[in-house]
Amino acid sequence: MTDLLLSHWNYFIVVLLMMIGLFILISSMNLVKKLIGLSLFQTSVFLFYISLGKINGGTAPIIMKSGHDGHSSHEILYSNPLPHVLILTAIVVGVATTALGLALVLRIKASFDSIEEDDILLAKRELRKRSKSS
Amino acid sequence: MIEWMLHLPGIIVVIPLVMAIIVALLPSRLGWLGAVLGSGLSFWAAIVLVMHMLEATAMTRISYYLGGWPPPWGIEFAVDHATTLVIVTITALGFLSTLSGNTLIFKDIHDEDKGRFFAAWLLTLGGLLGLVMTADAFNLFVFFEISSLASVTLVAMGSGRDKRALVAAFNYLVIGAIGATFYVIGVGFCYAMTGTLNMVDMAARLPDVANPVPVYIGLAFMVSGVMVKAAVFPVHFWLPPSYGYAPMAVTSLLAAIATKASLYVLIRILMTIFGGIADIPLLIMQWVLMPLALMAILLGTILAIYEKDAKFMLAHSSVAQIGYIVLGFGVATMAGVQSGFIHIANHAMIKGGMFIGLGGLAMAVAGKTDFSSLAGLGRRMPLTSSGFLICGLSLIGVPLTAGFISKFYLVSAIISAGYWQIAAIVLLSSALSVIYLWRLVETLWFSPANESETRLPEQPMIYLPLWVLAGANIWLGIDAGLITGLAKMASITLFGGIS
Repeated sequence: MTDLLLSHWNYFIVVLLMMIGLFILISSMNLVKKLIGLSLFQTSVFLFYISLGKINGGTAPIIMKSGHDGHSSHEILYSNPLPHVLILTAIVVGVATTALGLALVLRIKASFDSIEEDDILLAKRELRKRSKSS
Repeated sequence: MIEWMLHLPGIIVVIPLVMAIIVALLPSRLGWLGAVLGSGLSFWAAIVLVMHMLEATAMTRISYYLGGWPPPWGIEFAVDHATTLVIVTITALGFLSTLSGNTLIFKDIHDEDKGRFFAAWLLTLGGLLGLVMTADAFNLFVFFEISSLASVTLVAMGSGRDKRALVAAFNYLVIGAIGATFYVIGVGFCYAMTGTLNMVDMAARLPDVANPVPVYIGLAFMVSGVMVKAAVFPVHFWLPPSYGYAPMAVTSLLAAIATKASLYVLIRILMTIFGGIADIPLLIMQWVLMPLALMAILLGTILAIYEKDAKFMLAHSSVAQIGYIVLGFGVATMAGVQSGFIHIANHAMIKGGMFIGLGGLAMAVAGKTDFSSLAGLGRRMPLTSSGFLICGLSLIGVPLTAGFISKFYLVSAIISAGYWQIAAIVLLSSALSVIYLWRLVETLWFSPANESETRLPEQPMIYLPLWVLAGANIWLGIDAGLITGLAKMASITLFGGIS
C-alpha cells in the first residue's frame, strides 16, 4: 500500500483534489465558492492528464540533434507531449467557463442582490407566489 | 466525387463558426442576416453531402482531416451513414429557427445586442455540428464546451424578461461543465490504455487492452458525462428551467437541436468506440439507459401535465421525448437504434415547430406563456395556432403524422425484442401526453379570450417556418421512407462496428 502510495502519489492527489472540488461544488451555497469548486475539480483533471504524459526519466519532448552529449537521438527518452497539449486546450476552456460563470454571478448579484443560493431560492419563491396571485 | 466536395465535412462546421466572428464584428442590424446566411449555407452544404451519401455504398466513410495531418495523428472529421440523418436534421432545424429567430426575439434582446446575440447563436450551431462531425475523442470535448458556453450565454439573455434566467443559466453552466469534465476524465482513462484519441483507432485497440478495468471506468465516466449534456434522466434537471426562462427564440433553437447532438454522441460512444468490447455497451444500454429512459418518459409526462406555463410544459415534455429516443437506443437491437434515430429527426421537427408556434402566439400577449394569458388565442391567430396544433398532434403520435412513425417503430422494436411490458408503458405515456396537449388545445380554442375576439396580426416569418415544419410532420408521417431509410442506414452502420 505504501509502495503504491509513493509511486503513484500524483494520482492520489488527483483523486483528493477531485473530491474536494466536487464537495465544494455541491455543499457550498455561495455561487463564487461553487465556481472555485468547479475550477478545483477541473484542475484535478488537468493534473491527471499531465501525470499520464510523464514518463519516468523522460525529458522535455524537444528533438535534439543526434550525437549531442554522447547520445544518439534514439536513446533519449522523451515525455509524451500530447496530454500536455490537450490540457493547454482544456485550461483555455476552463478559463472561459470560469469567466462566464463569474459574469453570470455579477449579473445575479445585480438583480437578486445576493450570491447566496438560499437567498436566491427565497427570491424565486417570492416571484412564483406573485405570478400566481396576479 | 468532385474535388471540392471532399471538403464538405469541414465546410459544414466551419461556416457557422466563421460567420459567428463576422457577425460579431458587423453592425448589429446585420446580425440576423449573417446568421441566416451562415445557417443556410451550412444547411445547403449538408444537403449536398447527404445527396452524395444517398448514392454511396453502405459502409462509405468520408474522412476529412484537418491541417493535413492524417488520422490517427491529426484531428479527423468523419461522415458515414450514421452521421447523415443527424447532420441534416441539425442544419435544417438550425436554419428554420434562425429564419424565425429575428421575429421571435421580439423585445427580449435590445437592438444593439443583436449582433453579439446571433454570434453566440451561430457558435451554438457550429459547436453542435462539430460535435456530430468530429471523430476525435478530445476534440469532441472542445465542441461540447463551445456549444454549451454559447448556449449558456443565450439562455442568460432571457434575464430581460425574468431574472430567474440568470440562475437557470448559471446552473446549466455548472452542471454542463461537470458533465464535460466527467467526459474528459473518461477519455483520459481510455487514452492511457490505448494511446490514441481517434475514435476508430481507439475502437480497434480497446479489445486488445490487457487490463480492461480502466477502460470500463473510462466508459462509465464518458457515458455519464454525455448523459448530462443530453439531459437523460436523472441528470436532466437543468433542462426545464433553461428552456423555460430562455428567450423564446433561443428555446426554439435549443429544444430542436441541442440535446440531439449529444444523444448522437452517446450512441456513437457506446457503439463505435466501445463497440468492439463484447457485452459491456449492450449491458449499459439495456440495464442503465433503458430504465432511466422509462423514468424520464413517465416523470417528464407527469410533470408536463401539472405545469401551468405552456413553455415549461413543453420543456418537461422534451425530457420525456428524450426518454423515447434513449429508450430506442436502450433496446440495443438494430430496429431499436433505428427508432432512436427516427425520433431524433422527428422530435427536432416537432419541438422546433411547437416552440416557434408558441413564440408566435405569445408575441400577441407580450411574450407571456402561462395558460391564462394564452386563452382564446387559437381562434384569434388561426395560421400560427393550426401549425402549432399539427406539431402537437405529431407529438402525441396521431396517425398520419411523423410522431406516429416514431412511436410505431419504437413500439414494434420493443415488442420484437420481447419487452411487451415496456411497450405498454410507452403506450400509456402516449395516452398521458394527450392530457397535457388537450389542456393547451382547450386554452387556445375553447377558453374565452381575455379581451376581444378580433383576429390578431400574425407574423409571416413565424408561420412560414412553422408551416414548413408542420408540412414536414405530415409529409413524413405519410411517406416516411426518407427518414426511416436514413435511420436504417445509420443503425446498420453502427452495428457494423459490433459484428
